[in-house]
Amino acid sequence: MIATKTLSTTRRGFLNVLGAGIVIAVAPETARAQVAPAGGRGRGGGGRGGAGGAKTVAARLHIGQDGIITVMTGKVECGQGARAELTQAAAEELRVGADRVRLVMADTGLAPDDGGTSGSQSTPSTVPAIRRGCSAARGLLVALAARRWEVDAKTLEVRDGKVSDGAAGARSLSYADLAADKDAEKLLAGAIPADVVMTPVESWKVMGTSVARPNGRDIVMGAHHYPSDVSRPGMLYGRVLRAPAYNAKLASVDLGPAKGMTGVVAVQDKDFVGVAATTAFLAERALEAIAKTAKWEDPPAQPSSEALYDYLRERVRGGAPKNPFADEVAKAAKSLRQSYHVAYVQHCPMEPRAAVAEWIDDKLTVWTGTQQPFGVRGALAQALGVAGDRVRVIVPDVGGGFGGKPTGECAVEAARLARGAGKPVSLRWTREEEFTWAYFRPAGVIEAEASLDDRGGLATWNFTNINSGGNEVQSPYRVAKNQARFVGSEPPLRHGSYRALAVTANTFGRESFMDELAVLAGRDPLEFRLAHLEGGRLRTVLEEAARRFDWASRVKDKRADVGVGLACGTDKGSYVAACAEVVADRKAGTFTVTRVCQAYECGKIINPANLMRQVTGAIVMGLGPALREEMRFAGGKILNGNFADYEVPRFADLPELEVHLLDRADLASAGAGETPIIAIAPAVANALFAATGVRVRQMPIRLGKAKAN
Amino acid sequence: MDSTIKFTANGERRSVTTDSERALLDVLREDLGLTGAKYGCGERECGACSVLVDGRRAFSWRTPVSKVVGKTVVRVEGLGSGEKLHPVQEAFLAEGAFQCGYCTAGMIIAAVGMLAENPKPTDAQIVAGMDRNICRCCAYPDILRAVRRCAGRNRGAEVRP
Ligand code: FES
Ligand code: FES
Repeated sequence: MIATKTLSTTRRGFLNVLGAGIVIAVAPETARAQVAPAGGRGRGGGGRGGAGGAKTVAARLHIGQDGIITVMTGKVECGQGARAELTQAAAEELRVGADRVRLVMADTGLAPDDGGTSGSQSTPSTVPAIRRGCSAARGLLVALAARRWEVDAKTLEVRDGKVSDGAAGARSLSYADLAADKDAEKLLAGAIPADVVMTPVESWKVMGTSVARPNGRDIVMGAHHYPSDVSRPGMLYGRVLRAPAYNAKLASVDLGPAKGMTGVVAVQDKDFVGVAATTAFLAERALEAIAKTAKWEDPPAQPSSEALYDYLRERVRGGAPKNPFADEVAKAAKSLRQSYHVAYVQHCPMEPRAAVAEWIDDKLTVWTGTQQPFGVRGALAQALGVAGDRVRVIVPDVGGGFGGKPTGECAVEAARLARGAGKPVSLRWTREEEFTWAYFRPAGVIEAEASLDDRGGLATWNFTNINSGGNEVQSPYRVAKNQARFVGSEPPLRHGSYRALAVTANTFGRESFMDELAVLAGRDPLEFRLAHLEGGRLRTVLEEAARRFDWASRVKDKRADVGVGLACGTDKGSYVAACAEVVADRKAGTFTVTRVCQAYECGKIINPANLMRQVTGAIVMGLGPALREEMRFAGGKILNGNFADYEVPRFADLPELEVHLLDRADLASAGAGETPIIAIAPAVANALFAATGVRVRQMPIRLGKAKAN
Repeated sequence: MDSTIKFTANGERRSVTTDSERALLDVLREDLGLTGAKYGCGERECGACSVLVDGRRAFSWRTPVSKVVGKTVVRVEGLGSGEKLHPVQEAFLAEGAFQCGYCTAGMIIAAVGMLAENPKPTDAQIVAGMDRNICRCCAYPDILRAVRRCAGRNRGAEVRP
């Protein structure tokens, strides 16, 4: 059974000490192999972000004698809606309303390590981990009540956090009552039974509903404290000295001018130089004063964005890969070979990297915006030379991540400054620092070659992603002779994870190429795709998007400079298809995306409203790299590191937007923060071709004065 | 040079002795502990630092504190009264018009400023009025609905045009 949900728009105190009560240990549900965060210079962007690193305890749940239920998770809320969803998971299994659960997130001093918040793992891994823990807790509390009443636990029922004797209907005990029982602590300290049962979908009361973000009221009141809002007594404001270009080494610097200023501390630790002052204004002045004295060695020659794609091609590891089907291609009636380029882009979350570090008696506490609190704890321990158990990382709900905040550079810098200053230090990167010293989504080159058989079907397929990563590089389309792979190169910029990472590049290359092949075969783009797609989830979303968009009649309606295009793809267990309409202005060399209709399916929907926000947000965010976003650089410097020159989507970019969510109660829920971003760019490129006859094989897609081809 | 600067912030008289060149945003956040307005870009491009100065939207990161002497500054924290939310805050909450919420303070202030001048904006006017604010989570469709809701134009889900 498939239900659809539809939305349209017109165009245009964390808990410091837990109270008395019980702590329930939960088996390490999320323990998985430790995977290093994706990225890092010189590595392919093919990683998936961090994974679970829980050692012995995966989650803890606390029921106070006051009846307050506290659930702890190492996951981070950065706008994707994990706080609501994980609260729902706990509430469902505990048989209470979502408002009864308080969720402590991402505090290494309190919460278990549920792995990094990346790779769309919160839904498939952490939701079940929390559910199992809470379900076991409920079972044990019921057993306790049964023992007290000397009845069979099976005869008892739980509703609204109360265990009652269903048959007699006369007795009831609240969780709070049971938590106060002298045996509770011991009984509940036991391991979770391996066969703990989770509530079946048909009985869900809290999961599957649109629970609002639990701290939404704080957000609209301006009362939520983001990492950059944290304030500590005596806190100073930091700034860090940055090189004028990548790979420029510091030769010398004189801290004297800063040290001479009242209220300023200057800190140097080898290449690290920074200041901390009583106000950010003063810190800026102090930084300017020492920056004037800094001497830098000339950096080595570095490539520019103009030469980027040749640079990557020339440095392919192991040399340019050959097409193993070259003989078939040579003999084929029709064949095609094309290259696609995908630029470097920045996450630029609205809240730049920020950290507040405080040392007390050689113990370090850092409040910071990261997607990997436990990873950053390790990074801090290593960089500062202290034992991991003396470091605590706390991540208040963050102002955006998008895969850009798994690392702890800012946290380490703040900790160095705080140690040097002997006072807590708040460090918030400037937008320019964020654009320059954070990392990028990897740029890539896609080389594709395919041949058609006599009936216009795919005969061979050879697809290579250079540099940006191997996620979903394999085509979902049926081809007898098929090779797809990722090959590394020498990335000129530091790159790493990003929402859906390389799946966007691979989907852009594949779906653009499929469109070109459909033209070559003289077939309709939808029909050509369906002819090579088995029945299944991808086919279902493609058909749904096309039907809702009214593809069949839209392709026949031939208005000048108006075109429609489509694309589909999958990532991390969810499926998406997008249809787009563009209107081109050939004289101006520009175009506008006027309508987008997207179908998306990620198994059983846990929170429909939040899912809708994720999907619409991903489409609009995806329009950025599709239309304009591109890092420009030369000589080791970023040339457009600000919002005036690097143009992210704004209100004015909103197309008429239509989203259809397919709810599959028969399938496990998959994470949805990433996949809905992958189809929009190729759908737009294909629509632009339909409107103008111009095939743009690059993201961002620019029309310019190109001639039809 | 330090000087004593007096202004009204959400109905309260405030007096700060500080370098008058400092940004209003920094003074609000660092000296007065009012962290509702955010830093987003430092270049008048994102609107995260928006506050109302004498009822008009200003980018507090680019406003030297000396410019607000004797004026009234309203920030997101002071829009409602006590526990009661301002109608624009209500609308953002009801529509869930945020993801990470970092842009929300600036969005709400921009909407309040715009609605004060034009209580019944069309969609095109909302887009024009709000376009200086960036939401990187791209909650734009939800924000648009929230502002329409304030203008009494829609409630919750709506129909296609
Ligand atoms: S920080 Fe003020 S406009 Fe961006
Ligand atoms: S909600 Fe995240 S920036 Fe707007």
